[in-house]
Amino acid sequence: MTFGIKRSGALFAAAALLAGTGLAQAQDKVKMAVPTFLTGAGAPAFGIPAKKGSELIVRGINEGTLPAPYNTPGFAGRMVDAIIYDEAGGGTKQVTELRNKVQKEKVDLVVGYISSGTCSAVTNVAEELKILTIETVCGTPRVFEELDKNPKYVFRTMNHATGNNVSAAHYIAKTRKGQVKGFVGLNQNYAWGQDSWRDFELAMRHLAPEAKPSSKQQFPKIFAGQYGAEISALLRGKEKLVHSSFWGGDLEALIGQGSARGLFHKKDFVLTVGETVAYRLGKKFPQGLMIGARGPYGMYAVDDPNPLNQWFQKEYRKAYGEPPAQPAYQYAQGILAAKYAYDTAAKKAGKFPTTDQVIEALEGATFPTFVGEVKMALSKGHQAVTDDLWGVTVWDEKRGETVLKDVIVFPASCIMPPEGVASIPWLEGGMKGAKC
Amino acid sequence: MTRFMDKTFWGLTIGLVVILVANFLLEDWLRFIGLQSMARGAVALGLLILWRAGLVSFGHALFFGWGAYAVALSQKIGITDALLGIIIGTIASGLLAFALGFLLRRYRAIFFALLNLAFSMILYGVLAKLEVLGSTDGIGVKQPSYFGITPEGANAHITLFCFTAIIVYIVALAVHRYLSSTLGAMTIAVRENEIRLEYLGYSAEKAIHVKYVFSGLLAGFGGAVMALAVGHVDPDSMVYWPNSGDFVFITILSGTGNVAATFIGALAFELIRTFAFDYAPQIWQLLMGGTLLVIVMFLPNGLWSLTEHLGKRRKSAPSPAE
Repeated sequence: MTFGIKRSGALFAAAALLAGTGLAQAQDKVKMAVPTFLTGAGAPAFGIPAKKGSELIVRGINEGTLPAPYNTPGFAGRMVDAIIYDEAGGGTKQVTELRNKVQKEKVDLVVGYISSGTCSAVTNVAEELKILTIETVCGTPRVFEELDKNPKYVFRTMNHATGNNVSAAHYIAKTRKGQVKGFVGLNQNYAWGQDSWRDFELAMRHLAPEAKPSSKQQFPKIFAGQYGAEISALLRGKEKLVHSSFWGGDLEALIGQGSARGLFHKKDFVLTVGETVAYRLGKKFPQGLMIGARGPYGMYAVDDPNPLNQWFQKEYRKAYGEPPAQPAYQYAQGILAAKYAYDTAAKKAGKFPTTDQVIEALEGATFPTFVGEVKMALSKGHQAVTDDLWGVTVWDEKRGETVLKDVIVFPASCIMPPEGVASIPWLEGGMKGAKC
Repeated sequence: MTRFMDKTFWGLTIGLVVILVANFLLEDWLRFIGLQSMARGAVALGLLILWRAGLVSFGHALFFGWGAYAVALSQKIGITDALLGIIIGTIASGLLAFALGFLLRRYRAIFFALLNLAFSMILYGVLAKLEVLGSTDGIGVKQPSYFGITPEGANAHITLFCFTAIIVYIVALAVHRYLSSTLGAMTIAVRENEIRLEYLGYSAEKAIHVKYVFSGLLAGFGGAVMALAVGHVDPDSMVYWPNSGDFVFITILSGTGNVAATFIGALAFELIRTFAFDYAPQIWQLLMGGTLLVIVMFLPNGLWSLTEHLGKRRKSAPSPAE
């Protein structure tokens, strides 16, 4: 036993030493931890583009080459040191990692998180650790509606997932008025799939009451990879409209297997995060699908003339040889929010701001982003709202890329619940207070 | 009484004093890793009991997750006391192990390992489908109270750490006592020769059943501590099969030489993972796998065998617990 104690003592000492060296580097830089999926199923469709988008925007910020109003170098003049790390491993692992980043590496802020499961696990820990945390992608409305009703340190800089499904229902009601008799869902059997279907079905109930949900909803296992039986069931069913929140490898598998059987010609698909794989699949991505990006990102931003957006499009394509999809935009937007908050707080304070001053600057703020602006309007100024857009895919031969036609913009006030109202009661009550 | 106060007793007692003192000096992140090591170490201790009987379970995340969810759900009905929560989590898993034991005690080797895996994945499937329990997003766990007092901020973990360390100390001693008792000594008999054990008048199945319940109780305890430490339970990081793999990893890393080994192994596991994560964010799994490979090749009896090697070199007494 004594040897055991000595051994663990040595480990402790070694660990403490490493922690000490980490501390010494953190002088006049801003240390920013950026969790994103670098391994596992979430990496190709979400994590890696998110990483690329973050690296690009951080480079632009440090060099001061971004267009106005972000054309000053660094966060309030200090260079940004981004520590990008893996979000894989589940909630427990990520809570440990957050503690390591804050307590061991002494980061100044955290910008990231893709999975709703991770956000659910880390939100209250971030509050406890008093670390400024900007959640970038994760969709569950529970973050501020249930888990953290009085947020101080945690922000989310894009719409939660409810907005995306509500705008999908609006788009269907507008473009296919009276044509949709029934609809069916094909969603993965886990929190994201279940929530997406619930929100969509509730929104459809009010926006297209003539359309009836099928009694045969499909909830295949996540990462199942084989959808033969589901495709057969969809093809046999009489409902023409299919709602799916599939993403990543599962969506690519569905598209491959469905295309071979003519699924996308026979059915009208609404894919809430379909944009994440559309570029990757190129010409293999079917035409005529409604695909969502949870806001003005990726394919919906491609032609927007805003100089900041044009810079991002041009530099991203130059650096990585591919167009930026939504996660790249969403992570970059989170980092821009941090820059905006640091710069604004520094201007007000007249010197480099404290975390409290940065938080004050971000709370309830409206800041310009790649397309339009982000309003930190909900949950006491901690939950962002943006416009959302829906359109239909079409292959553009000249560009060699999928583009979108018949795009309709839905204002934030139309698709997100008003301040102080939780998503599910808002949807169940017929979306009162929505201004479309 | 002299038999009771053997090397392991003194080792554990010194260990307890050292980590209780260290608790107040440690950096917060190290304290958290220490907490997790105790939680995972407790599960590995359960696996050690089975391992000595020649049984490996690939599904102890079942009891780990069951205990964790029991704590989370008991909070929903108003039980916020840490001790009560941990007792509920432990007992709940013990009861589950008792029920499943009737089936599992009839199986050995790969069948035993995989049946455990199957049961753990059933729980995973059920939890992932249950929207009332937060599905894969899980549910939050509040900071517990200790006999009516709820510590705030950093004190919350200092208290939980002390609390857990003391319980772990008692549990480890109890398991050590059990392993050196007649019933515990049967563990090895089960592994070596079941038929002979039966001829001696003991039931091998009953002996395995008892061990299985012990391992379930320990895993439930680990899960309960983990739930309180992390403040959140979810199926992916509590019940999903790689978690069961982590426990087996820790058991291999530690070796089965001594009850203290599992906690040292768990600490080593957490530290390796933390630093692998820091220095190789894209290939950290590779480093973990590499570590396992090195241990299996060069230290087949785990980290604990290091102490025995050193012990032999100094011509001291045979290893403590065998």
